[in-house]
Amino acid sequence: MPTVSMKVNGQDASADVEPRTLLVQYLREHLNLTGTHVGCDTSQCGACVVHVDGRSVKSCTMLAMQAAGSEVTTIEGLAQNGELHPMQEAFKENHGLQCGFCTPGMIMSAIDLVNRHPNPDEQTVREELEGNICRCTGYHNIVKAVLDASGKMGG
Amino acid sequence: MYEFDYQRPSSLSEAASMLSGEATLMAGGQTLIPTLKQRLAMPSAVIDIGGIAELSGISAGGGSVSIGATTRHAAVADSADVKGAIPALAKLAEGIGDPQVRNMGTIGGSIANNDPAADYPAAVVGLGATVHTNKREIAADNFFTGMFETALAEDEIVTKVVFPVPEKAGYMKFPNPASRYAMVGVFVAQTGGGVRVAVTGAGPSVFRVAEMESALGGNFWASAIEGISVSADGLNADIHGSAAYRAHLVGVMARRAVAEAGG
Ligand SMILES: Cc1cc2nc3c(=O)[nH]c(=O)nc-3n(C[C@H](O)[C@H](O)[C@H](O)COP(=O)(O)OP(=O)(O)OC[C@H]3O[C@@H](n4cnc5c(N)ncnc54)[C@H](O)[C@@H]3O)c2cc1C
Ligand code: FES
Ligand code: FES
Repeated sequence: MPTVSMKVNGQDASADVEPRTLLVQYLREHLNLTGTHVGCDTSQCGACVVHVDGRSVKSCTMLAMQAAGSEVTTIEGLAQNGELHPMQEAFKENHGLQCGFCTPGMIMSAIDLVNRHPNPDEQTVREELEGNICRCTGYHNIVKAVLDASGKMGG
Repeated sequence: MYEFDYQRPSSLSEAASMLSGEATLMAGGQTLIPTLKQRLAMPSAVIDIGGIAELSGISAGGGSVSIGATTRHAAVADSADVKGAIPALAKLAEGIGDPQVRNMGTIGGSIANNDPAADYPAAVVGLGATVHTNKREIAADNFFTGMFETALAEDEIVTKVVFPVPEKAGYMKFPNPASRYAMVGVFVAQTGGGVRVAVTGAGPSVFRVAEMESALGGNFWASAIEGISVSADGLNADIHGSAAYRAHLVGVMARRAVAEAGG
């Protein structure tokens, strides 16, 4: 089995995996980073979104080997020194989650969208979250949380 | 997924040498990986061309815009060159799927796959682009040959797509509300060689509407094609819409695309 190495949340990671191993399996099953979820496994729901070299991707639709040599960030890598990332804080403050299943992917997509659109309007946030499905919240408080966080990120 | 070998060549020639037997190319994997998961394909090897530098990138000049085969949808949507020369093409790329799909999916993968509901085929045919491969150049009108079928040989690799810059162009799609694939999408362009109208999503593969092209050639205005309808015969019908519904949408999307182009 080939050895696949990458940087995950700033640390070197390595595991021997079959070539058909998905990035999400590599993260969850080989590195025990179970914060990244699998909702649909058919590229629709976005529960599995992580950042690869700074871009948000669906880790259920990428092979671990495609990410070899890359820098990967998962939900576990956001908090620094025990302090939540502003996006995590905003989801907490604005009640942007109920069951929490979609939340890791939602937050990873939301951070990517604010990085690309530093001061998004509501319409932009809704359009940019096209690839993330939430079965609980009705999205309203998610959008509120992203708008709230966008004022606090990078500014 | 069935087991396969994974290879990551660093050049086009290396990729070509690996492409034999049951090996298959992968660019962004946004179509191939879902296909492998459903066990609809059983390649011996997956040749990942996503990292080959010479296949990626955008350049503009001399009346055309050239887009490398492994250029991601997000890069096309964000490109100042594309937005400046062919804004309708940037808008089309911006409307594909969702941000995560656009961060991985590529133009080469999209046209090689030729999904009947894919967006890029409409732009390639609508603008009369030329598809370059490692073996030859193929005119848009000869490239898409049927549902999920193209003129590509088994061992042929798309290297870039070259789009001539039109005088005016517009793209409008009625997206499937769940997947964002085109229920119907129409790309309209006024070019030096006349007006082109290309329709995706409606039929088994992208097609042109000659009657609309000649009407718009005389008068590039949405009202010029008001009375023109396409036949529902042979159009796609599924749970999302009947053939007659899609035929109707072709007219609506075509008029909106002309208006979008400024006509
Ligand atoms: C949730 C979701 C929503 C989507 N919505 C849309 C949408 O709204 N509109 C739309 O148009 N598409 C949509 N897509 C499809 C997406 O655009 C794909 O990225 C695209 O169709 C395939 O590109 P890829 O680079 O991922 O190709 P891959 O999956 O890597 O490859 C697809 C096929 O093309 C072949 N191939 C790849 N590159 C080349 C090459 N250079 N030369 C020859 N053959 C090659 C491969 O062998 C394979 O058979 C969606 C996909 C998903 C998962
Ligand atoms: S689990 Fe990846 S998109 Fe749903
Ligand atoms: S909070 Fe339950 S799915 Fe979003």
